[in-house]
Amino acid sequence: MFSWTLSLVIFIPLFFALYILFFAKEKNAKWYALGFSSSVFILSLRILRDFDIGTASLQMVEKYSWVQAFGINYFVGIDGISLWLVILTTFLTPITILGSWTAVKEKQKIFFASILAMETTLLGTFLAMDAVLFYVFFEAALIPMYFLIGLWGGPRKIYASIKFFIYTMFGSVFMLLAIITLMVMTTTLEGGAMSASILDFYKLDIPFVGNTLINSQTLLFFAFCLAFAIKCPMFPVHTWLPDAHTEAPTAGSVILAGVMLKMGTYGFLRLVLPLFPEATAYWAWLMMLLAVIGIIYGALVAMVQPDIKKLVAYSSVSHMGYVVLGLFALNHYGVTGGLYQMLNHGVSTGALFLLVGIIYERTHNREISKYGGLAKAAPWFTIIFMIITFSSIAVPMTNGFIGEFLILMGAFQANKVLAALAALGVVLGATYMLWMVKKVFFGTDGELVEKYRDKLEINKREVAVLAPLVVLVFWMGLLPGHFLKWSEKSINHLMNNKDNYYLTYENKTITQDKNQFAFVNKAEDQ
Amino acid sequence: MDIKIAFILLFTFPLLGFLFNGLRFKSKNYKLAGTVATSAVFLSFLTAVFLVIKLVGLEPSARAMSVHFFDWINIGDFKANASFLLDPISAVMILIITGVGTLIHLFSIGYMSHDNRPSKYFAYLNLFLFNMLLLVLGDNLLVLFVGWEGVGLCSYLLIGFWFTDVEKAAAGMKAFITNRIGDAAFLLGLFLVFQTFGTIEFSAINSLLPTTPESGWTGPITLACLFLFIGATGKSAQIPLYVWLPDAMAGPTPVSALIHAATMVTAGVYLIIRMSGLYMLAPDVMMLIAIIGALTAFFAATIGITQNDIKKVLAYSTVSQLGYMFLAVGVGAFVPALFHLMTHAFFKALMFLGSGSVIHAMHEEQDIRKMGGLKKHMPITHFTFVLGWLAIIGIPPLAGFFSKDEILWYTYASPAGSKILWILGVVTAGMTAFYMTRLMALTFWGKSRVPKDVHPHESPKSMTIPLIVLGVLSFVGGWIGIPHVISEFLPGHIPNVLKYWLKPAVESINLGEVNMADEIMGMTLSMAVVIGSSLLAYFMYVMKDGLADKFTKALAPLHNQSKNKYFIDEFYFAGIINPLIDISKSLWLYIDVNFIDKITHLASDFATGCGRGIRELQNGNIQRYAMYMSFGLIVVLTFILMG
Repeated sequence: MFSWTLSLVIFIPLFFALYILFFAKEKNAKWYALGFSSSVFILSLRILRDFDIGTASLQMVEKYSWVQAFGINYFVGIDGISLWLVILTTFLTPITILGSWTAVKEKQKIFFASILAMETTLLGTFLAMDAVLFYVFFEAALIPMYFLIGLWGGPRKIYASIKFFIYTMFGSVFMLLAIITLMVMTTTLEGGAMSASILDFYKLDIPFVGNTLINSQTLLFFAFCLAFAIKCPMFPVHTWLPDAHTEAPTAGSVILAGVMLKMGTYGFLRLVLPLFPEATAYWAWLMMLLAVIGIIYGALVAMVQPDIKKLVAYSSVSHMGYVVLGLFALNHYGVTGGLYQMLNHGVSTGALFLLVGIIYERTHNREISKYGGLAKAAPWFTIIFMIITFSSIAVPMTNGFIGEFLILMGAFQANKVLAALAALGVVLGATYMLWMVKKVFFGTDGELVEKYRDKLEINKREVAVLAPLVVLVFWMGLLPGHFLKWSEKSINHLMNNKDNYYLTYENKTITQDKNQFAFVNKAEDQ
Repeated sequence: MDIKIAFILLFTFPLLGFLFNGLRFKSKNYKLAGTVATSAVFLSFLTAVFLVIKLVGLEPSARAMSVHFFDWINIGDFKANASFLLDPISAVMILIITGVGTLIHLFSIGYMSHDNRPSKYFAYLNLFLFNMLLLVLGDNLLVLFVGWEGVGLCSYLLIGFWFTDVEKAAAGMKAFITNRIGDAAFLLGLFLVFQTFGTIEFSAINSLLPTTPESGWTGPITLACLFLFIGATGKSAQIPLYVWLPDAMAGPTPVSALIHAATMVTAGVYLIIRMSGLYMLAPDVMMLIAIIGALTAFFAATIGITQNDIKKVLAYSTVSQLGYMFLAVGVGAFVPALFHLMTHAFFKALMFLGSGSVIHAMHEEQDIRKMGGLKKHMPITHFTFVLGWLAIIGIPPLAGFFSKDEILWYTYASPAGSKILWILGVVTAGMTAFYMTRLMALTFWGKSRVPKDVHPHESPKSMTIPLIVLGVLSFVGGWIGIPHVISEFLPGHIPNVLKYWLKPAVESINLGEVNMADEIMGMTLSMAVVIGSSLLAYFMYVMKDGLADKFTKALAPLHNQSKNKYFIDEFYFAGIINPLIDISKSLWLYIDVNFIDKITHLASDFATGCGRGIRELQNGNIQRYAMYMSFGLIVVLTFILMG
């Protein structure tokens, strides 16, 4: 079966972005965007239909030669690691668009086109199996986000967008160098031709020396880690995130928190863990330590934020710390939990930014101290906000609990002291969220609530935006098996072959590149 | 009826009640909301009775029924299923929860009749019940934990039920966060259990227990027990995490009765009874539990003596009684602990509801200095309150006598017990008698100090019926656990039913050769202390006006300490919370803004040129933007390809 599904899912949004940009009328832009992104979501469900959960191999592969001289291909494929991130992206995009329905009043065409273009780059990042292609998408994702912040942002948008750009570019430079090094290394493999295929990278045996920094595997490891750590973001390279979030429009924040940060953690899982097994095992303590610092630091700083959006932004630092902690625990529980927490964070933090956006749209103010008594003025809004809060602080029966629990258990098996410290995050997380809830929703009416009392309640469109997220909170919390079974094989494969990871795909497609190695069909690769 | 269907019904009734009232949370129809919620719990109670009857029908050694609903988390070797277990322990618990729960729901109908959001209240109450059932029926630690956090959540929502009052909202938050400290420790305990036994199912753990106890503090079982116990100190309000419970009185009074006296706060005791086999292997932790329990019982009682808020007195009394239960499990008296848990559920629920009746009659006044002489206005409330009072101070043959006496006896005689803890227990019993008598005197007896414009009246039937039923239970509830030493002298030799019932499910420590004369001596001594203290309190607060004030003046420094709760809250604020906030602020200002960003700014200064250029990009011309965008893409692509 020759499948175009992945390419269609990746490029349809870009195609329609251009369509909206050049052919749509200003007032129709949002309708087009909603329609197109919803159809992409439905199309992406085809992936779920065709996905074979019985194998860890790459599926629905498409491969075309791009730059033959360097072995660079247009090479996409999906497995249990990328599957849910792809669905998360196609799922959040229409929600984000509907969420921006009335908030964006100016330059709607370019706004919605940017969101669709964004979708293409994110999907491309998760699906690319060629390192250069991965890099292109990884970097291209910056552009639409840069526009979203720079054009529709708050008062300090220039500062925030430049900071965001410079930070990420800084990390990416090292990653690019590392990719090129790896490409050169592939010439030593059987066949002798240069290749940018991540699958070929996996075959490399990169020399590693434990107690020094200057050896190829360690250097490459840190080059990738820096790029991904900035993207996550991990302490201490997180300071672009609060500024970017505060200045970004709601849609920008939702996509940034919901999906873009996962490009970093996905990178750890796709590239760092399997490519540099010795360095990963050797330096895991450092990554876990930084993750734990991030958990606690993010939570503490979130606690004292006067701006509600900045609070949510710092909470992201804390939550993404959990993800990294789980991944570098390097065991089934940690990695499964880490992957699950990526999705949870997409759902719950995405929803939090939408909720903050909803209230900001009405009051044009995000200062916590000016609220109070919102629960009485907007009870339905409060109910949804509370449910998402509980998901965010990992109350059992919500999605957040499954992720946090598995991560802590994985971390506990890897390092008891760090796990105990990370468990402090459970307390601090409840503290900053509930303190904020108390100040915003309870008590006597604040000045903003008094001023806008009758306008604060949520409307039907906004309920439609949030309802799917609320459903997911409980679905993912009560029946995690429904989601995890799709990734189980891939995670097991990664954990069982830590030192000697490989990935195969069923060679159903016509490969044009003659220099490719013959791939053996290994469906039962356990 | 199939067992599984009965289990489903047990959970479904309160859940449906929650959904029904939750979805129409704005409705002010308290009668409809209350009737639905109460019926839901009552039906759940009937189902529980049905299940327990089934259980009684089984052979004593085979008394366990388990059902599997679905696989919840199943990763690698770790399995946590949505499975439930009914055994003698959970049987007692579900009867208390649904039985006392029904009465408190019924009471709430009258109590919440003037409230703006009765539907929301009943929805939360039903949700609480659902979670409490999860907690006691879960067949593994994680399902227990789901209920554990779930009840904490409902407690948060109900304490802050009148959220427009910022102090009440803060009390809810305090409860949740303090509990979370315990919950974090609980999780670590769970991980240790899983790592040690490879499972978190109670029955599987029990079958894997080693035979010899651990010594020292570093063994895995000891650490697991320690962390689970820290979890229990949060939920069950023990030192040092008890501070949330007195504040939790901000919630509606029936909530205090149900959650903060009868059921939720006993979850920690339940946890340890449930894991009794494991705890027996960690004697050092047991000793710690006994000490913490006894100290909590003692200190809470000293605070209870000087409080003037009727609910605060009862709250500290609850902390103190929970201390007794922990003292009990600490000395290996698991059965007496569950016994006291049950009798306490009866008499403390009774007294909280009674105080609710009083508060309702006094138009939300809670200060006992403004009460007095309520006996003649509220005869039923007074009479039932007397039963609760006699039960808690331990006058035979009321319920509290048997359970408290059993705990004291074990503390005295058990190989894990100690004479010092026993003395502490007896002194606490005396103080309990004193402050409860003081409470009775200031509220119901003596001269009326009720303000002129308040006209107290007896509460309606829906509120007095639960009081009467609980009064009866507080009277007879102890008769299922009459100790051998007393039943000897009774006609017909009433057996210790509870002991035989729990025997297959609960570990019990072997007391060895015991001296019956010692047991009778101890009983007599503590009775004497109790009666003496009660008479002293009666003398001070009813007979001799002004004597209490003189005492207060003479003991001013002590009185101040106690009245201000030893300034523990202030200490937590000054020593932990405020510094933490200051640290967080400086982290933000000095590390994020002034250190990391300073470094970034060096880089961004370098790029100022770009910034200037970018500002010009925003001229509003859409074609230009599009062009820039495509241009940018091409540049990046070219750059990469060249690289």
